[in-house]
Amino acid sequence: MDNAQLLISGLANGCVYGLIALGFVLIYKATEAVNFAQGDFMMLGAFVTIGLTNTEYMGLPFWMALPISLSIMAAVGYLVDRLIIRRLFGESQSAVVILTIAMGFVIRFVAGLIWGHEPQTLQNPLAGKDIRFGGLVLGLEDVAVIVVTLLLTIGLYLFFSRTKLGLAMQAASQNQLAAYYMGIPVKQVQGVIWALAGVVACIAGILFAAKGSVDPTTGLLGIKAFAAAVIGGFGSLPGALAGGLIVGVIEPFASRYIAAGYSQVAPYALLLAVLIFRPNGLFSQVRAKKV
Amino acid sequence: MNDPILMIRNIESFYGPIQAIRGVSLDVLEGQIVSILGANGAGKTTLMKTVSGVMDPEKGRINLNGKDIQGLEPHEVVQRGIVHVPEGREVFPLMTVDENLTLGAYTISDKSLIERDRELVFHYFPVLKARRQQEAGTLSGGQQQMLAIGRGLMASPKIMLLDEPSLGLSPILVQEIFGILRRLNDEQKMTMVLVEQNANAALELAHHGYVMELGRIVMDGSAEDLMKSEDIQNFYLGVQEEGARENRRWKRKKTWR
Repeated sequence: MDNAQLLISGLANGCVYGLIALGFVLIYKATEAVNFAQGDFMMLGAFVTIGLTNTEYMGLPFWMALPISLSIMAAVGYLVDRLIIRRLFGESQSAVVILTIAMGFVIRFVAGLIWGHEPQTLQNPLAGKDIRFGGLVLGLEDVAVIVVTLLLTIGLYLFFSRTKLGLAMQAASQNQLAAYYMGIPVKQVQGVIWALAGVVACIAGILFAAKGSVDPTTGLLGIKAFAAAVIGGFGSLPGALAGGLIVGVIEPFASRYIAAGYSQVAPYALLLAVLIFRPNGLFSQVRAKKV
Repeated sequence: MNDPILMIRNIESFYGPIQAIRGVSLDVLEGQIVSILGANGAGKTTLMKTVSGVMDPEKGRINLNGKDIQGLEPHEVVQRGIVHVPEGREVFPLMTVDENLTLGAYTISDKSLIERDRELVFHYFPVLKARRQQEAGTLSGGQQQMLAIGRGLMASPKIMLLDEPSLGLSPILVQEIFGILRRLNDEQKMTMVLVEQNANAALELAHHGYVMELGRIVMDGSAEDLMKSEDIQNFYLGVQEEGARENRRWKRKKTWR
């Protein structure tokens, strides 16, 4: 029973990691760049929603604040690509990496200025309720996190496999030049992907802030999510989610069964093992190019 | 019919400081297959990239149906009716044949037109129909080339730019693919610009030919005339005259520049 409880809370945590990892992978697939500020995007999304919803700020009803904060984060993602990333076109990848790390610092600092450095929780309709299910006591937030993540992943999957824009995004990541030749406006498509990554980060942030609390340094969680993305195989959406779930589930079990000092290391130990034994990740989409 | 559908005038293109195209002019008439021949590094691919908008020319005009299109974004060029089938096929490897074709029609929103074009592609390349659900990366080289051409057709182009469709294919496959290109030209009146190193195959297919060297057009004429030309026979068709010597080749080559 204990283990089941650990599993559920681990899965809920893992979903948040998975969603951040999803953001990493989205941007990596589309632009071959790693956005190390993805965790900070999540934190920003959480704070924007808190700023709109919580009574000490604007106090809007949660369901009204939701679309607003999602569109704000979409705009942030799009503008970051449009105004900053696109200027680095043709520069080395390390330039983009350093830039996004710096961007993470800026976002943390700005969020601290606006909303302060104290941990805050998102006031939401699900807070404090729980479901009893065959002897298990589950926080309604935990269940909501799992359900929302599941729905979002299915939605993204359908978007990428069924819609023209989704196919075009895949095409731009598989062969950018050929995408140009086919008349796909690659730059606009990349802007849309950054916007999408902003939305996914915002959803992750909302879920995280609903079931726990956020402060400006929460974004550093992105490092764990990065590990999750690598474990899943950078470049694979289901892999990112699976990697997130694995990291999320390992954590509570490690802290329950392994001495305190070592349990923190567990996800990274797994990362190391994956890098040694399956360097392309567990669910990689790598195939030798045919000549 | 006498007005060229595609008119290129004094195009100059650079890779950074290196000039790859040094003032190229050529005409393509509607319904024609125009072949551009030349050795490696002559600037043929660069010329194609400049036309399709992936590269912008430094100077010169590219005119399609009376409208200038130089300097447009690639997707705007595709919308205006020029599609570029790139060298080395460049299919989307992890997508199915069907998805690749769908992406070829990215600029087209009319669903019935897309399905009609898809049937057209399957009509000319039946092997693609048999492999609709297969990932493109798992196709053979020849099938990938067919997919690349089919994907280009999906854009309902007025002009197809074909960059070395014979690259890396066996002579039999080259014959098969060139046969299909000829049928496309005969039956669909598809205008084509064909860049080739395989001069023999290209001149058999084309109506008109240009020869490029070091970024310039050094010769042009009807395909028959070019086939008969001694220079072409020597340098591209591999016909050796009796008693021809290396130094003589060099001398003649120099007179081209």
